[in-house]
Formats: sequence, C-alpha cells, structure tokens
Amino acid sequence: MSFTRTPTAARSVQFSFDGMPVQAREGDSVAAALLAAGIDRFRTTPKQGKPRLPYCMMGICFDCLLEIDGEANRQGCMVEVRDGMQVRRQDQSREVRL
Amino acid sequence: MTVTIKVDAAVVGGGLVGSAVAFGLMERGLSVALLDEGDVAFRASRGNFGLVWVQGKGDGRWQYAHWSRRSADMWPGFAEDLKAACGVDVEYDKPGGYYFTMSEDEHRTRGESLERMRREVPGGYDFEMLRRNQLLNIFPGLGEEVIGASWCPHDGHANPLSLLRAFHATMKGRVRHLTGAGASSVTPEGSAFRIEAGSTSVLAGKVVLAAGLGNRDLAPMVGLRAEVKPLKGQILVTERLAPKFGGLTLNVRQTGDGTVMIGDSHEDVGFQTEANVGIGRNIAARAIRQFPALAQAGLVRQWAALRIMAPDGYPIYEQSATHPGAFVVNCHSGVTLAAAHARSLAVQIAAGQLEPLLDPFHGARFEDKIA
Repeated sequence: MSFTRTPTAARSVQFSFDGMPVQAREGDSVAAALLAAGIDRFRTTPKQGKPRLPYCMMGICFDCLLEIDGEANRQGCMVEVRDGMQVRRQDQSREVRL
Repeated sequence: MTVTIKVDAAVVGGGLVGSAVAFGLMERGLSVALLDEGDVAFRASRGNFGLVWVQGKGDGRWQYAHWSRRSADMWPGFAEDLKAACGVDVEYDKPGGYYFTMSEDEHRTRGESLERMRREVPGGYDFEMLRRNQLLNIFPGLGEEVIGASWCPHDGHANPLSLLRAFHATMKGRVRHLTGAGASSVTPEGSAFRIEAGSTSVLAGKVVLAAGLGNRDLAPMVGLRAEVKPLKGQILVTERLAPKFGGLTLNVRQTGDGTVMIGDSHEDVGFQTEANVGIGRNIAARAIRQFPALAQAGLVRQWAALRIMAPDGYPIYEQSATHPGAFVVNCHSGVTLAAAHARSLAVQIAAGQLEPLLDPFHGARFEDKIA
C-alpha cells in the first residue's frame, strides 16, 4: 500500500519511528506521516498478536495505537507530529503495575 | 393475525435471570418459550460488572448468604457444562475476592459482620481478615490509605455478556426464543396462563416473570407483587493493561482480555441510563486510592445500567398463592445467582414448589410498609 502526497507549502518535520528518521510535514498527524512513509504495521493486538494499521483516522477505532514520546497506547491519528518526536510500535498492552 | 404458541412454561424476560431459568426448565425437559422484549428494554444484563460475589451478602438474612454461596459452589461445574454445551467460554475464574478497608473502624466492622455470618449461615462462611503487609505480595502497588482487606475464597468473576451468549446459544433450537416480544398482559386461563406479546400469544402451563423492572406491572396480573426500583450503576473500562493484576476486588477487576473494569456506584435517579463525568470521576478516584498506578491507565469506555432493587436489597422469589404455576423472580445479582437459578430454582419451578429457604423472599414482605 502506498500513498501519494498532494503538493503543499507545509514546512518539513523530522521525527523517529523505532529509532529510524522519518520525514513528515507540519500539520500531519503521526498516523498520516507514518502511512505516507510506507509503514505497514503500527501495532500488534495484545491478545492474538495480529498486525494493525489505522482504520478510521478520526479517533474512533483505536487501531492506530503507538508509543509516542514514551507514553503507550496513544492514538496516532489524534496527535500532531512534531520535530524530534520519538514514536515506537505498540507491540503489547500498556504496562501498569497495580 | 395472532399466533398462539403452546408450551409447558413461558419465561417473560430474556436477560440473565430469565435466560437462566429458561435454560434450567429446558434441562428438566419442559417445552419453554422465552419472551425477550428487545433493545428498548433496560437490559441490566448488558451493564453487569461480572462478579460472582458471596462476601458480605446477607448479613441479617442468612438465607440470602446461603443461596449466594450455593450458587457460587455450583458455578465451576456450571461454567464447564456451558462450555461443553455450546463452546462459549464465559471466562469464569474463582481467585477469591478482596474487599479493602480504609480505616481501623471499617476494618473492625467488616470483620464483625463477616464473623456474624460465619456463625449464622448454615454450612459456614469462609473468610480471612488481612492486614496491609499481608496484601503487598499480591498488590505491590497498593495505595497508602488501604489498611487491610477481607478476603473470601467463594468469590469469583465471569464475563456477563459471554454468559448471556452461552445461555442463548445452548437454548437455540430447543427453546422458543421470541424476540421483540414485550409482554403486555398475563391472564390466567383455566389452570394455564396466556401471555400477550405484540402479535404473539403464548399459552403456558407455568409462567415465570423475570422481566426485571417490568415485573412491577406484570406481577399483580397473577396475584404477585414486585416492588422493585431502579438503582443506577456506572462502570469505567480501561485500555488493556499488562501484567495481569493479582486479585479480584469488589470494585476493580481485570477481564481475560486485560482491560480493567471499575465500578460500584449507586444512584437513586429513576429510569435514566446516561453515563456522566461526575460519577465517573468518583468511581475513578476511589479506585486510584486503592491502586494509584491506575491513574496512568487510559479509559476507553463508560456506561450506566439499572440494578433491579427491592426495598430491602434482597431478591424476590414467590409462587402465586391465588394462581399456582405463576412465579416471580427478581434480583440484582444475575451473574452470581445464575447457577442457582438454572440448576436449583428452575428445578423447583418445574416441580411446582419453591423450597422453604426462599420463603423470606416473598414479594408480599413489603406490604406492611406499603399499606
């Protein structure tokens, strides 16, 4: 699956995904930036380990969950990308020791 | 055109209570019709927290404690039978339940109540009072304010939606499950009963009213009383969390999938089921006092539902004196009591006589207060 960007005058932004540098545009959501960069798996489901990509891109489906700047289970489609942001795949449930 | 369905027994109400009784009557070989109102109903069974809880229930009414314990004792085998019958795993687990105490006074009062029940309930009542330092192995992140807990080995939990699904899957093709069939009237006809539900008319040798709050209007039609009122409860659900949480508590439990359910609110606000932020905040604040790390968890769902409460909080079980064969069943613990309803109450209904243990739960017990 690949996406072609429409031309805009937006400033370029750089962030990292699992430690690799990714170019995005100012105003992108993290999810949109990762899709545009060709990332094919955002997370795996905690119970069955199945791969997932964003589905709704509007905050409803929770399939775009990512670890963003150290915080687990953030919705990638609802967070605007920023320079220097550190994003990681969400490969298990959030760890909370009760 | 009205179609008449003739059966040995009609159960009015397709939630957990009605489904358990219909399931049990089916197991006894009766032909059964289950009348289910549909999505317009308040559907307490869809909002249930999922506890199979014995601890602390029935101080002052040992019959209720005994009945709850009987159901909890039947639950392990019952869950296995359901899985064998329909393949649905109801996620039943019996790790024992903790009830946290937040002050010395509360700790002592709790211990005295459970000790009284241990003395008064036939067949006994197992529990332990634990101090904070005994809890830290199981709950390493326990809130500072928790001074101890009562623990009861009879407590467990299950997935209430899977339980309802399991009942309906097992009854499929064996019980006449009538959907969109809200009962508007129950009329004695000879020694039988005619139940009108939209375009359907059911003629049944026995009728069991298990319509939750709907029983208020239906019960008087066959000489019974069901003075039940709604008591709203709200539930919060977190995202899935790891690692698995050490134990089961009255107001915080982790499901098989890793989400944490947080509940135990009580609002006397009539027939409305809106979830709201104010109560959600109270529910969360109490849970965070017990488990401070929960403050890091994201919430993904909140809902509200209506418990079905008699004035004294106990169930209602009665066979009509004026119209034998008509029974009323109400309770607010449809999961805890599911096994007893299916495997004991239904057997008694099939036999036409409720056991003396259930005498204190007649619907007429409030008449003095009402008159």
